[in-house]
Amino acid sequence: MIDLFVRSIFAENLALSFFLGICTYLAVSKRLDTAVGLGIALIVVQAITVPLNHLILVRLLGPGSWDWLGLGAVDLTFLNLIAFIGVIAAMVQILEMVLDRHVPALYRSLGIYLPLITVNCAILGGSLFMVERDYTLAESAVFGLGSGIGWALAIVALAALRERLNYADVPAGLRGLGMAFIATGLLSMGFTAFAGVRL
Amino acid sequence: MRQALRHLYGPIIDNNPVTLQILGICSALAVTTSLSTALVMCAALTAVLVSGNIMISAIRAHIPTTIRLIVQITIIASLVIVTDQIIQAFAFEMSERLSIFVGLIVTNCLVLGRAEAFAMHNPVVPSALDGLGNGLGYSLILVIVGSIRELFGAGTLLGFTILPTIYGGGWFVPLNLMMLAPSAFFILGLLIWTIRSIRPVQVEPADFEISIQPDRRAP
Repeated sequence: MIDLFVRSIFAENLALSFFLGICTYLAVSKRLDTAVGLGIALIVVQAITVPLNHLILVRLLGPGSWDWLGLGAVDLTFLNLIAFIGVIAAMVQILEMVLDRHVPALYRSLGIYLPLITVNCAILGGSLFMVERDYTLAESAVFGLGSGIGWALAIVALAALRERLNYADVPAGLRGLGMAFIATGLLSMGFTAFAGVRL
Repeated sequence: MRQALRHLYGPIIDNNPVTLQILGICSALAVTTSLSTALVMCAALTAVLVSGNIMISAIRAHIPTTIRLIVQITIIASLVIVTDQIIQAFAFEMSERLSIFVGLIVTNCLVLGRAEAFAMHNPVVPSALDGLGNGLGYSLILVIVGSIRELFGAGTLLGFTILPTIYGGGWFVPLNLMMLAPSAFFILGLLIWTIRSIRPVQVEPADFEISIQPDRRAP
């Protein structure tokens, strides 16, 4: 379990080794404070949706889940994409309402980034990896939390780097997006160094 | 007619979705370890993009604006499921190699972005051309990155040996970095640099100007 947790943060970092959520990753990493806000929002959503989607997959879609209705042969696994997207969108919406009601300060600081998470491939990717690797419920909870933390760590690191890069004299064609890619590449090389870590 | 063709040619180089609009990068990097996976991914994405644009543009007058995102996502997700099932049925080995990335076309910002920005406001034919143009622009980047990574990482293109590697008795030492994640970032970064050097219009303005005062310059 601890091994899975550490692996999902470092060696199998969603952003840096599977390229998930890179669109948001590059677009929102210009300032450190917004990157921290988005990172926290993503950890929360990821840690909730991955185990929730696991329950939906096993209880509602998987083979044998309609046995109690006498429909044992029904296998709806192919519907998992639509179901996952629905769960993620609903989850983000609920989280938004709960935060607005109970933690208005955090809600205001997250602002536009919360709804953006719905179309972040890191979230859907996390759930699809959970299907592909046959995680149990406990494993998927650990994986959801770990991969969320890993993604947040990566975006905070890149945002800090880019704030510094603002003061660097970069060739004109490389300014902005180009330099962000090179910096991400270097960051990703650093994270591959964790590949051999086993706990 | 020329107006219509501009929808097709525009996004391929001048307004490329990957290098200029920063759309759809997630999948662009992950499937480029070999040219064949990149080509299958391009075909899948272009098919989803064109058919999604056609469908959304055909019913655009009947979609209430308040729930348009849900409608668009549902249409796109259904198309992706069909594409995924087709690939699994006819090319199972390929679907194993593409792993989760065909499914991730659902959240590919390129598809939703074009549906929202173009297909919602334009008739069917221009929408189809816009989808095709953006699909081809995306494919161009994927094919370039995919060929560079496969050629220098394994010495092959589409499985055919181009540079004989030392493991097979040739002279070429494969660059293992090309098979790892960081190389995709580097290649795309350098590609953006190349495109922006040829077309300086696309260069981003600097946030800060660096001024070097002549009397303060280091000796």
